[in-house]
Amino acid sequence: MPTVRYSKDHEWVRIDGNEATVGITDYAQGQLGDVVFVELPDVGRDMKPGDNAAVVESVKAASEVYAPLAGKVRAANKAIVDDPSKVNSAPQGDGWFFKLTLASPDDAASLMDEAAYKAYVDGLK
Amino acid sequence: MTQSPESELQKTPLDRLHRKLGAKMVAFAGYDMPVQYLGIMAEHRHTRQAAGLFDVSHMGQAQLHGANAVRALETLVPADIKELGVGRMRYTVLTDHKGGILDDLMVTVGADHLHIVVNASRKAADFAHIASHTEGGCRIEVLSNRALLALQGPAAVEVLARFAPPVRHLAFMSAETLTVSDIPCLVSRSGYTGEDGFEISVPADAAEALAETLLAEPEVKPIGLGARDTLRLEAGLCLYGSDIDTTTTPVEAGLAWTIGKRRRTDGGFPGAARILAELATGPRRRRVGLLPEGKAPARAHTPITTSFGATVGEVTSGGFGPSLDRPIAMGYVDAAHAAPGTALQLVVRGKPLPATVTKLPFVPRRYIKK
Repeated sequence: MPTVRYSKDHEWVRIDGNEATVGITDYAQGQLGDVVFVELPDVGRDMKPGDNAAVVESVKAASEVYAPLAGKVRAANKAIVDDPSKVNSAPQGDGWFFKLTLASPDDAASLMDEAAYKAYVDGLK
Repeated sequence: MTQSPESELQKTPLDRLHRKLGAKMVAFAGYDMPVQYLGIMAEHRHTRQAAGLFDVSHMGQAQLHGANAVRALETLVPADIKELGVGRMRYTVLTDHKGGILDDLMVTVGADHLHIVVNASRKAADFAHIASHTEGGCRIEVLSNRALLALQGPAAVEVLARFAPPVRHLAFMSAETLTVSDIPCLVSRSGYTGEDGFEISVPADAAEALAETLLAEPEVKPIGLGARDTLRLEAGLCLYGSDIDTTTTPVEAGLAWTIGKRRRTDGGFPGAARILAELATGPRRRRVGLLPEGKAPARAHTPITTSFGATVGEVTSGGFGPSLDRPIAMGYVDAAHAAPGTALQLVVRGKPLPATVTKLPFVPRRYIKK
């Protein structure tokens, strides 16, 4: 069963074995507003947690997307480069950013589960 | 712009209405202001297609009274105010002794005074500056009890005429004291979007009622500061603090058109020596429009280089133009690289991206000139 974890930088990570899919949360896309540009990492790149992994730009501003866990990029979602509005319309579906092959899947325990993330976001409002 | 903790932020007379409408509020120039209601893109497009209502009450409004008001103001700005008839308005700049820009402002000639509107972030400094130059038959009265609404877009005239029929006959850059839905207002045909539209100076205690009246019309939606910025960028209009400031002159900024013919001969405004010299021989650098290739927006402070990598300037405003569905930017470049069509590069996150110098505005202005 895949599990979904969340970072304090408002990324979600869907973990299935040693594979992880990464995107930004619905809260994050709401804060950004209309997304107009996405830059994704090259496939094959090695990431450490906290590395600048992607760029997401709304009409208002540019933001970094950080690698939530260590791993190698195995796929990047070209569909959001062609149509960045997918990040707004389906942030946790078609609007995913990239997939990682995790260096150590157990590290995911350091991220928040859904209830903890919800409490975290409520604390920001 | 000044950023203050939320508790210290000033609120406009429409604060309660913004919250009722579900606005996302941000700190801007010391005020708690709506940045968006539904979304910048939708608000921007709505303003270009129908009509948008903006709260710009944070801006500073004042009147200059006295027989010497025109003469006093002309010692501070390069515009010809003297030639303006009653009811006419002019865009101008307060300059410093080096020819830099202290602020940009609108001046309207009233029957017995001048009405001025300045930027929120500069109003305290501007009013003190003007007050210190108004000795002898001139005095400044700050209008802190007035709100300012802007109704902008192709449907603005039809909407406003329902409540103030004479606005149909108001020419671009002119103003009249009118009752709008029985509220006494100073209405000007002007704005900051490139569209036809009006700015309405209204007593603070009547502002919410007026805003509700206008928002009840089917063509009108509330528009936040986010779309105000994308609209003015597409229209090629300067934002004080970004595109113009004390380090830029009116000639560099492409605002030479604001300098009156008589003032070019007689001078008599701060920084005239430099500004008139630049008019004669051309400025060292110029504000230009830039069209980046590809989809990546180039924000303020992005370096501008030649195709060989030599730095020739910097972006001062940049982002995404919703009406053009592409990134757009403005910035200053050395005069030798300022001609439309010049190929340059914008260095975004360390990567040089091709861009082309282009004529401003990006989107044709649709002012109704009579």
